[in-house]
Amino acid sequence: MARRVGMEVSIAASEVVAMADVDVIPAYPITPQTHIVEHLAELVASGHLDAEFVTVESEHSAMSTCVGASAAGARVFTSTSSQGYALMSEICYIASSMRLPIVMAVANRALSAPINIWNDHGDLMMSRDTGWIQTVAENGQEVLDLLLHAFRVAEDQRVMLPFIVNLDGFILSHMIEPMMMPDPDEVKKYLPPYQPKLRLDPQNPVSMGPVGMPDVYTEAKKAHDEALKASKPVILEAWKEFAELFGRTYHPVETYRTEDADTILITMGSISETAMTAVDAMRQAGKKVGLVRIRLWRPFPAEELLAAVKHARALAVVDRVVALSGGCGPVCCEVKAAFYDRKFYPYIQNYIAGLGGRDVTVQVFEEMADQLTASLQGGEPMGYEIINVRE
Amino acid sequence: MAKETGSISWKDLELGCTITEPGSSAKLKTGDWRSAYPVTDVDVCIKCGQCYIFCPDMVYSRNEEGYYEQDYYFCKGCAICVRECPVDAIKMFQEGD
Repeated sequence: MARRVGMEVSIAASEVVAMADVDVIPAYPITPQTHIVEHLAELVASGHLDAEFVTVESEHSAMSTCVGASAAGARVFTSTSSQGYALMSEICYIASSMRLPIVMAVANRALSAPINIWNDHGDLMMSRDTGWIQTVAENGQEVLDLLLHAFRVAEDQRVMLPFIVNLDGFILSHMIEPMMMPDPDEVKKYLPPYQPKLRLDPQNPVSMGPVGMPDVYTEAKKAHDEALKASKPVILEAWKEFAELFGRTYHPVETYRTEDADTILITMGSISETAMTAVDAMRQAGKKVGLVRIRLWRPFPAEELLAAVKHARALAVVDRVVALSGGCGPVCCEVKAAFYDRKFYPYIQNYIAGLGGRDVTVQVFEEMADQLTASLQGGEPMGYEIINVRE
Repeated sequence: MAKETGSISWKDLELGCTITEPGSSAKLKTGDWRSAYPVTDVDVCIKCGQCYIFCPDMVYSRNEEGYYEQDYYFCKGCAICVRECPVDAIKMFQEGD
């Protein structure tokens, strides 16, 4: 039976990873890390989890070890954040190009400088195009559920891609929350043992990660791109089965009070819960505001997003990183690209908020919605605006 | 990569470009990079095998008479054999001359 627990999200996440019966956990346990790998190390050391915990000398080595272990056919998990994620990003590209179903939890934190360990999506967007499947959690329960889902999808022989579950650093990773801890037997049912499609095996030798010269590199990238796009039906199927087994339902794009909304906020991650409160408050004040939350970041669910916002006149897209001097933030780029060349499209404004741990409050969302309504009545179009900044 | 990758569709690539045929690098023609090729003067050659030992691309193999012959399919024309030959039996010739 599943049981209701009050637990720090990182600790609960590692309990679920242990239930997933991982074989190898390579990690570099120094700041910025989370209790995810710390608790996994405890579980291995105390004999509760039969796995190899490899203490490497850097995140670059952590991901390199993940690649080797996964190529040998192991179920592999690791976790990182910001600067460490930046260091391992070189190998992240290699892991996905080699189609190794590694699962990683990233506690999203700002990138230096200035040195800042707090939450934003700087690290998430830095590694936007590493070719991993990526989901984004809004609360502790979702972290647990999305992690199980990640293993299931990544290892599916129709997919064979690494998978990142993003969770907001501190706001989720260090928060004690009530969560339903799944039953280990149910987890076993949802997550059959990993059957590699190809693996390093002396009896049946293969070479992984060879040179790809100009005559094949383009084809290799095309194959990777198509594989990532083709993972979506499996992602949906695995969520459907998750709902049947565990009773919680997930979609690539989630909507909240959007049916008759003129103005829609688009968010990703834990600020979505505050945004829901803001929507409720604005609804009470008679404003027709709704919320769309992007859960699946890669492959990007453009169709689902368009369907979710098709009746809106105006969109406020919230980004949690500055695409310094670019046209707009990365989330807004995706939204605008989805609308390009269509006959009708809403007025779109991009707000950059919640950088380096700054709170995004109900008032900030109200300010966005009000500004948007005002600019609809004759304001100047804009690329992006960093909101809640001191002049 | 070992296969004739220049003619393969992206749909036919192995997962992650893995090479599933062991030893297939023997099929990879590296010899078309070269601009000069080594030729051994068997009248000077002392059959010491230094060319065979130093060649980074397995170009040389020993024939029945004990001389070392080049397989130009692999020879990149690096001329390491020329440098290592203790009796100067090997000379480079420009391709196309």
